[in-house]
Amino acid sequence: MIAQPRDGAQTLLKCLEAGGIEIMFGYSGGAALPIFDALETAGTNIKFVLSRHEQGATHMADGYARATGKPAAVLVTSGPGAGNTITGIMTAHMDSIPMIVISGQQVTWMLGKDAFQEADIFGITMPIVKHSYLVKDSNDIPRITKEAIYLATTGRPGPVLIDIPKNISQGDCTAPLDCEIDLPGYHPETAYQVESRDIETVIEMLQKSERPLILAGHGAMLAHAGPELKELAETCRIPVCSTLLGKGIFDETHELSLGMLGMHGTAYANKAVCETDLMINIGSRFDDRIIGQADKFCKNAKIIHVDIDPSEMDKMIKPDLKIVGDAKVVLAELNKWIRPLETKNWLATLDGYKKRFPLNYKIQGGLKMQHILDVVDRLTESNAVITTDVGQHQMWSAQFNKSKAPWNWISSGGAGTMGFGFPAAIGAQMGRPDDVVIAVVGDGGFQMTLCELATAVLQKVPIKILVLNNHFLGMVRQWQELFFENRTSGVDLEGNPDFVKLAESYGAKGFQIKRPADIEKVLTKALEYNEGPCLINCEVVKEDNVFPMIPAGAALEDMIIEKPKHRMEKPVGST
Amino acid sequence: MIMKGTIETVDRPVTLQIQQPDYPLHTLSVLVNNKPGVLARIAQVFSRRGYNIESLVVSPSAQAGFSRMTIGARGDEAGLDQIKAQCFKLIDVISCYDHTDDAVVGKELALVKVSVDAGARGEALQIAEHFGCKTLDLAPDSLVLMVTGDSGKLDAMIGMMDKFGIIELVRTGKVVMTRGNGLT
Repeated sequence: MIAQPRDGAQTLLKCLEAGGIEIMFGYSGGAALPIFDALETAGTNIKFVLSRHEQGATHMADGYARATGKPAAVLVTSGPGAGNTITGIMTAHMDSIPMIVISGQQVTWMLGKDAFQEADIFGITMPIVKHSYLVKDSNDIPRITKEAIYLATTGRPGPVLIDIPKNISQGDCTAPLDCEIDLPGYHPETAYQVESRDIETVIEMLQKSERPLILAGHGAMLAHAGPELKELAETCRIPVCSTLLGKGIFDETHELSLGMLGMHGTAYANKAVCETDLMINIGSRFDDRIIGQADKFCKNAKIIHVDIDPSEMDKMIKPDLKIVGDAKVVLAELNKWIRPLETKNWLATLDGYKKRFPLNYKIQGGLKMQHILDVVDRLTESNAVITTDVGQHQMWSAQFNKSKAPWNWISSGGAGTMGFGFPAAIGAQMGRPDDVVIAVVGDGGFQMTLCELATAVLQKVPIKILVLNNHFLGMVRQWQELFFENRTSGVDLEGNPDFVKLAESYGAKGFQIKRPADIEKVLTKALEYNEGPCLINCEVVKEDNVFPMIPAGAALEDMIIEKPKHRMEKPVGST
Repeated sequence: MIMKGTIETVDRPVTLQIQQPDYPLHTLSVLVNNKPGVLARIAQVFSRRGYNIESLVVSPSAQAGFSRMTIGARGDEAGLDQIKAQCFKLIDVISCYDHTDDAVVGKELALVKVSVDAGARGEALQIAEHFGCKTLDLAPDSLVLMVTGDSGKLDAMIGMMDKFGIIELVRTGKVVMTRGNGLT
């Protein structure tokens, strides 16, 4: 049989499909024309979703990947199209999210000549991708596409960019679709071998420990290590705290769960970190949000660090035992040797902290974000997929959402990207059409990507956009109140639109919550509404602060449970 | 030749211009894919952390398709360890070793253009001979000398020539290779 002649663009789509890509988010433009044409001619089943801004497309692909564990692709044009993906690529890179970003590019003979819509996106994105390609030959497309998907999804996942000049996507490709990858410098398979001596050392350390603590990070999630983690915690009776991105890898309603640790984590999780004698970190990169002042972190504890990425070892914290490996494989091997530990006293101490320092809020005094998020958690029985932006709403959502299962908590952790939550929810809902997806956003972040209301309406995704509207950039205002003598600067979001009318003008359903008494009634209605996206504008109190709080760069033991009466020193950490 | 302007002072030996003299020089040997962009990726690992690359030698390795980079850099141990780890993490990097404390042979080459007239030439050539230099060019008012050896020897030679006036100086940067069977 003679193969149909195909061009580079058709080859690209066929190879993406063969590599498991089912969905592509993007925005068209001149240099990507051949690829957009191939969406019509290549005969693949890849679904294309037109966003309203390239940043939104990247966050949609990101949300899809975080909700399903499968990578999605992003397709944009050259120059500004590619430039608009930067925030989305950076967000995915910081949180180790697989993503294939395809950008159109000027024809090869115009590269470097400041041609129309030419930007060196290969160079611009270099520090924020796992790897990237500038394709110079149509026949390289099958190999490069296969390598890109392999790189994005294996080892420590991450975004991979493929920049394709127009003459390359338009040119004939005669190379076979299936080809060998050529990556002599990439060996993720080594993460699946565990040294038995390391396991023996862990067992010895466990036996000597009276107050062990597991820290579950995003790496445990990405490795699908939930069952192994549960077995370790339950068999040895070890309490578990998680990072922001590790939320849900261990059921937060489980008696051994301490919830999230860190800057705005639970007091009992942070107290556990201060008092543990054995910190077992499974797939967290010891981010500055969780360790605070590095030299005081776990200073009386032995530290075990399990991570798939060797460059994470010694980066923030020098562990006593380093295990470079896939969390699932390491835990499965470890679980063959574990015995129950005597941790009754330790657990009793922590239970005491749970009772003494619970997460709480006052229902009186106006409409509170915490109250709304608490009711959301109750009405959804902690089973909804929650996406967030960054800020106060994110931290309160992390506190009051009791994630029971992995892949349900979708938040921009490392990058702290405003405008992430809403488009991420669209992507998440497209990957999980049968689940309840709620975008918890602030009025600031939502306005950064609200143009995607059109996308959400057209795709008929029944996401609930919970706009926690305090007419402020709340977290920055909180810092100004606590550390800058309440001099508010650049945080007043005067001029917010009427969000309900805005949603309605796009054809979405709008709800309003103005009083605590409305919360349950309106949320129930919103949760029942499934014909498309709906927006719930919540007029929350303007000035409220997230506690507990560890000022940036301070030690975990210096945690603040409530607003201090005295003036506080400016934090030494950056943000 | 395109010039942006004339530098007021002539080149001085690099040893006098070290930015972080408190730290010893580290020599990294990095085996990489010979592809566009690899050098930029490695340079970014240094630059985003505010570290300076002091010397850099890149050339094809014995195996087709791969290049060898020898990078000289100064900085605190922890920072350089992280740089090494981040370089190794790059997909295009095959291996990355810090040979600072290893048994290695390290050599460098320099071309030195010295301002000498007939009167000073005799002394300059005498010094050059002592350092085993080759005279590559001899003009009425200048000499071009080639010196090879370890970096300390080059520093010494350049220091001795300084009094005549160094018009230009080009150093290759150090290349290293492990002794015995060990891999570089």
